[in-house]
Amino acid sequence: MTRIFVPRDSAALSVGADHVAAAITREASQRGVTIELVRNGSRGMLWLETLVEVETSSGRVAYGPVHPEDVPSLFEANFLNGAHHTLSHGLTEQIPYLAKQERLTFARVGITDPLSLSDYLAHNGYKGLKNTLAMAPADVVQQVTDSGLRGRGGAAFPTGIKWKTVLGAQAAQKYIVCNADEGDSGTFADRMIMEDDPFVLIEGMTIAGVAVGATLGYIYLRSEYPYAFDVLNQAIAIAEKSNYLGENIQGSGKTFHLEVRLGAGAYICGEETALLESLEGKRGIVRFKPPIPALKGLFGLPTIVNNTISFASVPIIMDKGGEFYKNFGMGRSRGTLPFQLAGNLKQGGLVEKAFGLTLRELVEDFGGGSASGRPIRAVQVGGPLGSYVPPEQFDTPLDYESYVGISAMVGHGGIVAFDDTVDMAKMARYAMEFCAIESCGKCTPCRVGSTRGVEVVDKIIANDNRAANIELLRSLCDTMLNGSLCAMGGMAPYPVLSALNHFPEDFGMNNKELAA
Amino acid sequence: MSYTELYSDLVNQPGALLPIFHRIQERLGYVPEAALPEIAHQLNLSRAEVHGVMSFYHDFRSAPPGKTVVKICRAEACQAMGSDALIEHAEKCLGTPMHSTSEDGSVTLEPTYCLGNCALSPAVMINGELKGRVTPERFDALIAEVKGVAK
Repeated sequence: MTRIFVPRDSAALSVGADHVAAAITREASQRGVTIELVRNGSRGMLWLETLVEVETSSGRVAYGPVHPEDVPSLFEANFLNGAHHTLSHGLTEQIPYLAKQERLTFARVGITDPLSLSDYLAHNGYKGLKNTLAMAPADVVQQVTDSGLRGRGGAAFPTGIKWKTVLGAQAAQKYIVCNADEGDSGTFADRMIMEDDPFVLIEGMTIAGVAVGATLGYIYLRSEYPYAFDVLNQAIAIAEKSNYLGENIQGSGKTFHLEVRLGAGAYICGEETALLESLEGKRGIVRFKPPIPALKGLFGLPTIVNNTISFASVPIIMDKGGEFYKNFGMGRSRGTLPFQLAGNLKQGGLVEKAFGLTLRELVEDFGGGSASGRPIRAVQVGGPLGSYVPPEQFDTPLDYESYVGISAMVGHGGIVAFDDTVDMAKMARYAMEFCAIESCGKCTPCRVGSTRGVEVVDKIIANDNRAANIELLRSLCDTMLNGSLCAMGGMAPYPVLSALNHFPEDFGMNNKELAA
Repeated sequence: MSYTELYSDLVNQPGALLPIFHRIQERLGYVPEAALPEIAHQLNLSRAEVHGVMSFYHDFRSAPPGKTVVKICRAEACQAMGSDALIEHAEKCLGTPMHSTSEDGSVTLEPTYCLGNCALSPAVMINGELKGRVTPERFDALIAEVKGVAK
C-alpha cells in the first residue's frame, strides 16, 4: 500500500492542504486504489505548499504546490509510483533547498506524523531523555553548557548558565516555562516545532525539569496559534499516557507535569518577566531585574524560562553530546539556527543552518530573490525590533556578535525581505507605532517615547522643520535605547535608526544633509 | 445571571484569571462586564485588578463580535506583500473599518500582528482558520465562502 504524505502544518492548511488531502482520498477511492494517507509536518519549503509526497523504493518523491484540481492529473501521471508530472520535484531529500540545510533541531520536522509517538521514537526521539535519566543533574547541565547553546528567543543568553543557576537554587518548587509567545513578525519556527514535532519540545522541557529538579512546566503559547494549542494538548495527553510525562517517568522516579497556557494577544508577553506576570494571571507588565527569574521567577520561585527552539534543541544535545552540537557554528554562536525566510521572497520557508552563513545566501540562494521580481532593497532581520539591513551589508556572517557589530541583531532568526517599492520612512513610523500599541506602559521612554516617535516621523515625512525633527528623532531614540526597562522600548529604535541611516532619501534627505 | 458555572473548575488553578477569561469568551464570544465582579469575588481580587487584566489584553472583548471575525495581519512580512492594500480592500468590501463590527452584525474586522504564516503572506484569520497568500480576489472568495456557510 502506497503511503502519501500531506502536511497538517497550519501554513500548508492556509493554502488548502485539507482540500488536497480530501481530493486525494476521493480520487483514490474512485479509482479503487488503496493508499495510506499520512498527515505529516511541513518540510518547511513553504512556497511549495501544499507539498504532497509519495513514498517509493528510492525515497519520498515531492509534488508541489498541489491544488485540489491537480489531483486527478497526478493519478493519471502515475504519481503513486513517483512518476514525472509538471509539479514534481524528484526526491524530496535532494531538493537543494532542503539538501543544503543542517537540520538538527528540525531533524524530524516534515518527515514524521507529529502526533505519532512511535514515529518519534523510531526517529531518535527520547534518546536524549534516556541519557539524561542515567546522568547526575549537574552533568546534564554541563552538557548543555558545553554545547554552547544560547537562548534562541533573541537575547542569546547562555542556556547552560541559566540552568546552573536554577539547579543551585534551593526551593520547595521550581518551574520550567517555555516562552512560546512567538510574536515577532517574520518568525514561525516555534509554531512549526509545536505543530510538526511537539514531542521534541516536551522532551526538551522534561530534560530541563529532570536536570534542575523542577516538577512542573508551563508552555506559554500565543493565542494566535490555535493549531499549535491543539497539537500540543494532544501530544501532552499521549506523552502522559505513555509515561513520558507525569509521575515516575519511565520508572526513573522523576516527576514532570506539563500544561499549556494561552496568552491573549499581547506582544510584550514575549518578554520573560511580562510572560511570568501573565502566567500568574496579571497584566503583562515587565518586572525590574534583578531578581532574575532563575532565582525569583514564576510565583516568586526559581524558574527556567527558555524559548521554544532552545528547549527543542536540547534533546539532540543530550542524545549526541554537547561537543557534537558545538561543532556547528562560528565564534561564540554555536550550533544551528532555524532561519525563517519571509515577506517578499520567491521561496519563503524554514532554513536550519549553522551560524555563519550570510544574508545573501539566505535571500538569494535559498530565497531565490524577491517574489515580485523587483530588486530587494531592505531586509529586516530579527523581528519588529530588529534593524533593516541594506544590500551592502548582506555579506556579514550571521552570528550574534557580527550582527551586533553592524548595529543589528540576529534575534529569533526572522528574515523579512522588502523590494524596492518599500517606503522606509513608513516602516520607521510603523516600528514606533507598533511599540506604542504594544508597550506595557511601565517605563516612560517606551510608553511616551513611542507615541512621540510616531508624531516626529510624521513631521519628517510632511517636511515640517525636517532637519530639526530628524535631530529630535535621534535624540528620542537615544533616550529609548538607554532608558527603557526592557528590549521593547530599548530596541524599537533599531528599525527606526537603521531606516534613517541606510535610506535617508526616504526621509527626504540627501546623504550630505545626513552627514551634516 | 451567574457566570460562575462556566469556569468553576478553573478557579483553583494557579494564575486562573486568563484561563477564566478565555473560557468565558470561548463560550459567549465575549466577556460581559457583569462577569467581572463575580470573578473578582471568586479569585479574591479587587474589581480594579480584574478589569485591569481584562482591558490589558487585546484578545478579550467586552461586547459580542460579529458572526464572522476577520483578522488581517498588519506586521512587516505581510506589509512586504501588500497587506496595506488588502486592509483597504477589506474595509471597503466588508463595509466596516478596522477595529469594528459591521452594522448588520455579520462581520468584525480586526488587525493582528503576526499569525506565523510569514512565508505565505499576506495572512488572514477567518473565524480561527488561517489563510495564506490572500490577494484581494482570494479575500472576496473566502468571505463569500464563509457567508455562504453562515446562511
